Amino acid sequence: MTQYGSNPTRVTTAALAVTLLATFATSCSHQSANSALPKATAFGAAIVESSGGKQIAQTGSLLPQPVVVQVNDEQGTAVAGALVEFSAAPGVAFDPPNGLTDSSGQVTTNVSLGGMAGRYQIVASTTDKSHKKVELKIDEIALSYQQTLGRHLNDQYCERCHNPESTVERVSNYDNLEVKPHPFSEGDTLNKISDADLTAIISHGGPALNKSALMPAWGNTLSKSDIQALISYIRAISDPPSRNAGPVYAKN
Amino acid sequence: MKEKLASLWQRLFGDSVRAFGVVSVIFLGSLAIAPAKNFFSEWRHYQHGYLKMVRNRSDANTLQRHFHGGIQQIWLPELGVVDRCTSCHVGLKESSLADIPLQPYRTHPVIPHKLDQFGCTMCHRGQGAATTVSEAHSSTLAWEQPILPAKYIESSCGECHRGPLLGTPQLNQGRNLLSRVGCVHCHTVKLSDGSVMKASDDPPSLSHIADKTRREWVYAWLKDPQAYATTSTMPNFKLSDDEARDITGFLIANSTPVAGNTATLSAKASADPAAGASLYGESFCASCHAVKNAAGNMVGGDVGPELTRVGSKVKPEWLQAWLRNPRTYDPGTAMPHYRFSDSQVATLSGFLLAKTDSDLLANVHLADATPEQIAHGKRLVADYGCASCHEIAGIKKPENFAPELSRIGSKPVTQLVFLPGMQHTLPDYIATKIKQPRSFGQGLKMPQYTFTAAQIDSLTTALLSLNDRSYTLPPSLAVAATPESDYQPAGKAGMLMTDLACLSCHRINGHGGDMAPDLTWEGSSVQRAWLVDFLKNPGTLRPALIRRMPRFNLSDGEVNELTDYIMTVYQSPAVDRDSMPLSGYSQGQIELGRQLFYGKYACQGCHIVNSKTDKGYIGPTLTQVGSRLSAAWIYQWMKNPQALRPGTTEPNRAMGNEDAQALTAFLISQKGGTKKEVAKK
Repeated sequence: MTQYGSNPTRVTTAALAVTLLATFATSCSHQSANSALPKATAFGAAIVESSGGKQIAQTGSLLPQPVVVQVNDEQGTAVAGALVEFSAAPGVAFDPPNGLTDSSGQVTTNVSLGGMAGRYQIVASTTDKSHKKVELKIDEIALSYQQTLGRHLNDQYCERCHNPESTVERVSNYDNLEVKPHPFSEGDTLNKISDADLTAIISHGGPALNKSALMPAWGNTLSKSDIQALISYIRAISDPPSRNAGPVYAKN
Repeated sequence: MKEKLASLWQRLFGDSVRAFGVVSVIFLGSLAIAPAKNFFSEWRHYQHGYLKMVRNRSDANTLQRHFHGGIQQIWLPELGVVDRCTSCHVGLKESSLADIPLQPYRTHPVIPHKLDQFGCTMCHRGQGAATTVSEAHSSTLAWEQPILPAKYIESSCGECHRGPLLGTPQLNQGRNLLSRVGCVHCHTVKLSDGSVMKASDDPPSLSHIADKTRREWVYAWLKDPQAYATTSTMPNFKLSDDEARDITGFLIANSTPVAGNTATLSAKASADPAAGASLYGESFCASCHAVKNAAGNMVGGDVGPELTRVGSKVKPEWLQAWLRNPRTYDPGTAMPHYRFSDSQVATLSGFLLAKTDSDLLANVHLADATPEQIAHGKRLVADYGCASCHEIAGIKKPENFAPELSRIGSKPVTQLVFLPGMQHTLPDYIATKIKQPRSFGQGLKMPQYTFTAAQIDSLTTALLSLNDRSYTLPPSLAVAATPESDYQPAGKAGMLMTDLACLSCHRINGHGGDMAPDLTWEGSSVQRAWLVDFLKNPGTLRPALIRRMPRFNLSDGEVNELTDYIMTVYQSPAVDRDSMPLSGYSQGQIELGRQLFYGKYACQGCHIVNSKTDKGYIGPTLTQVGSRLSAAWIYQWMKNPQALRPGTTEPNRAMGNEDAQALTAFLISQKGGTKKEVAKK
């Protein structure tokens, strides 16, 4: 009886294991498909970020700028021909996933973030002369639907004052204001303000919390869900990260 | 061996009682398969895992109370949704589980819809009724739709929402590209509301191309459009040298001169780069045209073609005629008819003609085209469907030149041809087809575009939203797009506005561009004298704006014609211009308004009233607002700006009548003593 009964069980468990393995394998096949690594012709001692860190994109989408890292030797001069490999939590895709540093010691890759909102840690690694792994960790931020909506509202209503940086299309008003607004990435200040207080400031203006009247009331212009979306965006991009910023996805 | 088997048989089935016992055991054993299968099912494994995880949390009680064991199902018959996803994804509705990093237990991120009303597969695709991970997520023999990758998720929003949404930038961009880069010239896209997607670009007519440019340029352009202008949306057809030569030969031979587009230079192009640059700047050509500067940055708008190498393209006499009046050559052009003087035409054409690239045509040497080549060129033009986009005299626009894409988002994978090494999914097929269309076989006609990776993703998103479900939705769920009106101003002033291409930048009654302010209620908003002045000599209202209104050198008669029309026709029913006076407010009221302006409402954060002390850079400068706007408009604007101009950045402060009146009094008293100074800037 037990013998007959246990057989299907084993079959089911085995099937489960196989399915899980298969799912795992397919999710990893992206990386393993590009297994033919180029051969390093040189080795560096350190790897540094040139550009592309702390970018913001929607979940699953491509970062607006590529990530560029540079391999240096002990003296800090760029090394050409060193092999750099990129890795991250499952779901993050790199194009290309590895490469040899060019004449200026750099490797460039386009990064698509995973499907879950949160912070993604990207690891760029190279090996030094003694075949020891040297790693560099770069953080990127993936936004959920609500945070994307908040970002759009931020671009339209908030950023001109709250972002001190100007671009060709958008001249910042930050320097013109007597009382300086807080840039939304300023986690040290904003993380201490509760959601309720942020909602009050946005809806009723600065004076609602004894702050400057230069911050106008937006409660008649933005809906409640708009304001929630804005706050979720502010939480998502704050630096240092807010408690509500969402999980960190690192390579396991 | 045989003996052993025989003895085993004897032992099990030797007599009827024994046989009955053994058969019963086998029978009972096989009956146990079903409950065992159920007991060890995947979803039960995940539910156990959930309960185990929940046990150690501080909110364990609440979570346990919310938990229901067994197969869970969201059944929405009218949507055809039978989703059992929540059997494993147990925590979707628990907002406290947002800190769980991975599915199946994490809270669903906040979206505007309720899980119980839409289910899961409406957005995520996959097989909702399945109860194992692989069957639900992957495609199987019985089920083609795997889970939609996260990067294309906005395509599902587009099934119901036919217009742009704030939260779906990728879908919006993709739809925009479909009509802007010309996909819909060749591919028909019927939308589920019965309309057909229209192209928003305006590829030039080639019927008179010999007036405009030379054979060598046409050849070079056909070989590689992006070599001439990196921002060009003309795709590369990967033509052989002979093909490009023959098409060029045909297009030039087929071209007829435009009457009135004189082939003689009426003024010598003047070579005064400084004057040319300043006229180019003053005329705000850069609002629409881009030029790559010495640093390699593209500077300017994308309404008109890029002008970096325009001197290598156009014939000087054509350029002069075009600058004099573009509508002679192309009656439908988005370019305004500037009233340039002869010397201005000479200066500007000299400036533009100097923008050459000697490398572009260096290796192009064409002998005169033979009749055979011209005939071959004509066949090629028909073969490649050039007339789908361009008007070409003697060639009809082909119907259904390329496959219809109305339901491409539901195309069965079995009907697709994949490249080796490609994932066999529809999104991957679409993305790869857009990226490298010719790699799918010999003799394919779809040309090579120069899209960025992000553009390919957004195009794929938009195409995936064109699927069966968008057609079969219950009508109550469909959210229609705001239809684009085809408003055109009427009468003599209307003709003048067409001549000046006002709608290329301004929007009126739901039609037109989005670069400049909406003019639908302009007549209620501004004062007549200001408008006259502005049309003659447009200044800038905002300190930090790059793109601006050009000066069209209008005659007094034209200015009056336009002003009368705008002041009479573009009136808002919500604003009675004559209900409030432009002067005569008490000093007390003005002073109260000043205090409200600088105190309670802190308007100086965004606006400048006193150019010495205020610095606000966001809203229009208000130093002379009392000479610009009507008092009634200001008053209504104070009370609710979005009611007058939807989407304006100015916050609605829900002002009471008194505050609004005082601020109106204060603002209308700003008549602007420093007018000359501002104009000089």
